[in-house]
Amino acid sequence: MANTITMSYEVPGGDFTRAGEASSSLKGSLKKMNVDPDIIRRVAIAMYEGEINMVIHANGGKIDVIISPDEIEMILTDEGPGIEDIELAMQAGYSTAPDNIRTLGFGAGMGLPNMKKYTDEMKIESQVGVGTTVRMKVKL
Amino acid sequence: MRVEELILEESFRLVNRGGEIDREILAPYCCDLLSFAMGRMPAGAAWVTVMGNVNTLAVASLTDAACIILAEGSHLDEAAAKKAAEQGITVFETELPIFEAALLIYHKLHG
Ligand SMILES: Nc1ncnc2c1ncn2[C@@H]1O[C@H](COP(=O)(O)OP(=O)(O)OP(=O)(O)O)[C@@H](O)[C@H]1O
Ligand SMILES: [Mg+2]
Repeated sequence: MANTITMSYEVPGGDFTRAGEASSSLKGSLKKMNVDPDIIRRVAIAMYEGEINMVIHANGGKIDVIISPDEIEMILTDEGPGIEDIELAMQAGYSTAPDNIRTLGFGAGMGLPNMKKYTDEMKIESQVGVGTTVRMKVKL
Repeated sequence: MRVEELILEESFRLVNRGGEIDREILAPYCCDLLSFAMGRMPAGAAWVTVMGNVNTLAVASLTDAACIILAEGSHLDEAAAKKAAEQGITVFETELPIFEAALLIYHKLHG
């Protein structure tokens, strides 16, 4: 496709002081491209939730963001433990976050629901023991 | 009401002066669960919370909060203080309970 820009981010596992850097960086780039502030907010929130999930649940991973004239696509790939029951994981309030993560304010079980709420399209592919890929699209 | 007006508030202590100190506060918002705040906090909020870690700063920045108010005598930890300075986010600390801190802002907004 013509006129697409791809940006890639490595997300280190287990490092909460750096978690959110990819989302912040993307937010800055979209601002420079003069993307509508409401779109930026939705993309940044969805990407942050996905990024944090990779840090907490999957020991990191990578994110590709493809910006084309009519949409922004985020592809988050990890080689973590995978999600056994995706439908259950998508339910608001469902969380397997351990106590030490909960004391940081995570574990409400709202991350995946937020990602769905703020994007126009969201697909999860996951295989236990292999990893998880989350694809999200926001229309421009 | 602008963020800078809170500097004069006796019960609030400014711990990081951000870049947009003249920003308009649109509403107080209370929640300590980060994904809830992420999903529900309106832009331009004065976010009253007890969570003072780096993730609080990230959520405030991504949701476009006007400022953070750490209530109940809670503090920014070292990494968070550094991040607040880097990202230019205004942070106050107060001994007030969450409800009272939010109510104070509500009264300032609505008289
Ligand atoms: N990348 C992933 N790899 C493996 N499991 C995941 C991944 N992302 C989510 N999960 C599983 O899905 C559950 C729900 O995720 P969700 O983001 O909604 O909530 P949470 O991360 O537990 O808490 P919150 O996002 O509210 O802080 C997680 O607790 C975890 O079990
Ligand atoms: Mg999550």
